[in-house]
Amino acid sequence: MSAAAILEVANLSRRFGGLLAVDDVSLRVAAGEIVGLLGPNGSGKTTVLNLISGALRPDRGTVLLSGAPIHRLPAFRIARMGVARTFQLVRVLGSMTCRENVLAGVAFGARGQWGASARRAADELLSRVGLGERADTPGADLTYIDQKRLELARALALRPALLLLDEWLAGLNPAELRLGIELVRSLRAQGVGILLVEHVMDAIRSLCDRCVVMNAGRVIAEGTPAAVLADAEVVRAYLGDEDA
Amino acid sequence: MSGRALAWGCGAAVLVGLLALVPFAADDYRLSLAISILSYTVLATAWALFSGPTRYVSLATVAFFGIGAYAVAVLGEHNPWPLVLLAALGIGVAVALVVGLATLRLSGVYFVIFTFGLAELVRQLVTWYEVNRTRTLGRYVFLDIGPAQIYWQLLALAVMVFALGILIRRSRLGLALRVIGDDEAVARHVGVNTTRVKVALFTLSAAFMTVTGAVMAPRWTYIDPAIAFNPVVSFQVLIMALLGGAHRLYGPLLGVVPLTLLFDFLLARFPNHFIMMVGVAFLLIVYAIPQGIAGLLERALGKRR
Repeated sequence: MSAAAILEVANLSRRFGGLLAVDDVSLRVAAGEIVGLLGPNGSGKTTVLNLISGALRPDRGTVLLSGAPIHRLPAFRIARMGVARTFQLVRVLGSMTCRENVLAGVAFGARGQWGASARRAADELLSRVGLGERADTPGADLTYIDQKRLELARALALRPALLLLDEWLAGLNPAELRLGIELVRSLRAQGVGILLVEHVMDAIRSLCDRCVVMNAGRVIAEGTPAAVLADAEVVRAYLGDEDA
Repeated sequence: MSGRALAWGCGAAVLVGLLALVPFAADDYRLSLAISILSYTVLATAWALFSGPTRYVSLATVAFFGIGAYAVAVLGEHNPWPLVLLAALGIGVAVALVVGLATLRLSGVYFVIFTFGLAELVRQLVTWYEVNRTRTLGRYVFLDIGPAQIYWQLLALAVMVFALGILIRRSRLGLALRVIGDDEAVARHVGVNTTRVKVALFTLSAAFMTVTGAVMAPRWTYIDPAIAFNPVVSFQVLIMALLGGAHRLYGPLLGVVPLTLLFDFLLARFPNHFIMMVGVAFLLIVYAIPQGIAGLLERALGKRR
């Protein structure tokens, strides 16, 4: 907890009409820390990621990236400052090749590289996620797992200080899941702060340093994975009253 | 690679050189057909420059084309020609910037409707001004600029629009446009300033349309708002670009040549049913070849490979 906070979210709120989707949420992610954002469907996890990455503006509250406020900035500026994300429903650029997909992150992110060096950087990132052979394949022709890899390579092209993963490990088979977990771990080793929304319990247990659990827009528990998963209120949020 | 680029460059230079000789060889009718083809080539290629990669379908073509033509009608007689063209360009760019900033947040069908409305709005504004202020609805354009000069100016514009298209395609701007076309949300989240990119391209595209209108104005001798802002022009440009294939720089050209000839034939033979036939052509093209001729060619070549 004492390490420098990459991300500091304080009292974040966002309302959609009559629904308070995110209600006074505070959380922090340190450099080289993996924080899991858990909670039942509709509890506001993805909205929190959208508020941090600038896809949505908060009604109230602040988001600090390494101490600088970013909650009023447009998404493209936040991306250039080193916040990268993947999407809950995987979004690759279907008509463009894998290399071009990653090149987009290289060219417009913080490093703003272009030309031969940018292409090399893109190819290196593709190799890193295991797509080295598919550089010239259109994004739309990839399998589901490969599209997820491509999305991660594109996010890494931004050289993120903070990476937001929205159910990036969902839908993988056990072997793929192991690879995915290794990949995320290797990012932590580089000092990237990671906030991940996830339902895959194995991944949460083996990856997360801490977890924040949300229900109906509010944070209901926070702590180590083992502690929050044993928390009575968390179990009630997931399973309902009778099972608690 | 640079050897191939050199070969392409030389080929293009020879082609442009040959095309520049057309006014010496062609009779009046053929030259006027060549002028039509060139002007639609510039319009459709400029249209696809913005609408091709971003997939924002614009029906504002004639708004800018008409602004260019009207700038000449108002300013042409008392000013040197280059200055008139510059003034037209300036007005077109200013309008495009304002419109772009105001509307490019709209997406899909809202943008289409808005651009269509824009052309009508400009036409009504000009009509209102002419009726209430100058008290004449039509204007005469008496300029000492013949068909050959118009042809050469259009050829220069065509060379510029293609050169610019190639430059954009190779630049970061080109990549940004394609990312926006595929997924605008992704574009924003990889750091693309989507508003700026869209406004820049929309303005660039409108600049070519405006100057084309200005260059074409001396062809008419008489113009009024209904002629200069005829919405059929916007639709024709759209059909031509779609028939050719808006996703390639050379695509619109493949649609412009056959359709200009077809429309010329239809207008001569069936003047009263012309619009209806344009509509039928539109439907057939969208149903039969949604990828355009460029898409068909690519698939054919891809299969052979």
